[in-house]
Amino acid sequence: MSKFEIRKRSKSEVTILDIYGELDAHTAPILEKELQQLIENKFVHIVVNGSGLEYISSAGLGVFMAYIEDIRSQDGDIKISSLKPKVFNVFDLLGFPTLYDIVENEEKAVDRFK
Amino acid sequence: MPSIKEHTLHISASTNELERIRHFVADHAGRFGFGEDDINDIILAVDEACTNIIKHAYEWKSGKPIHIQLAMRRNEMLVSIIDEGKSFDPDSYKVPSMQDQLNQKKRSGYGILLIRKLMDHVEYRKRNSRNEIRMTKKR
Repeated sequence: MSKFEIRKRSKSEVTILDIYGELDAHTAPILEKELQQLIENKFVHIVVNGSGLEYISSAGLGVFMAYIEDIRSQDGDIKISSLKPKVFNVFDLLGFPTLYDIVENEEKAVDRFK
Repeated sequence: MPSIKEHTLHISASTNELERIRHFVADHAGRFGFGEDDINDIILAVDEACTNIIKHAYEWKSGKPIHIQLAMRRNEMLVSIIDEGKSFDPDSYKVPSMQDQLNQKKRSGYGILLIRKLMDHVEYRKRNSRNEIRMTKKR
């Protein structure tokens, strides 16, 4: 079974989600639930640190797509950092870099909220 | 005649099985001599095809069959995936606009696009109650 895990931290006003493992149709609901909770609690400055992400399919990308408008309408955003090249390639194939801030490291991602 | 090697995996339609499917594909694509980038492409294309079957052909009903067959020919791998659910009409598919999807908070519709981008050739066949997607990747 696919393994996926989220660990949550914060840096001043920014919530950082460290994500690990494989994000597919089986595990996407775990990320979905986490984002829903953050939105409900008005934590809408979110950095997803993907350094531990080994795999993503369109079901995983779909979670980012489903919540980004809600988050941006509350003056928040999701910045994505530290993706492995093979994972970034999937984001890139669907044109994500034109609509999402995808940066090399977490520090840059956090700075984008300043 | 070039030699043809075939490998088959029969699974029940569940997202629980996606990891097993990916391992099966990676294992045989690696043995066939594909490089890492190509293996990643094939894994993702097969995952997307199976996820579409689970979601759309079987509408999340579990226990339905999916048959995956990998055939190695001289310089390419043929992946055939068969289901017995609702059939997909490729002519009805329109590539979704990312901005429209975001505005409407939609999230699906990208599996087919990815499959087309990742594989060299994709075709759909329907015979009686069986649907087949056939995809090839050149080495």
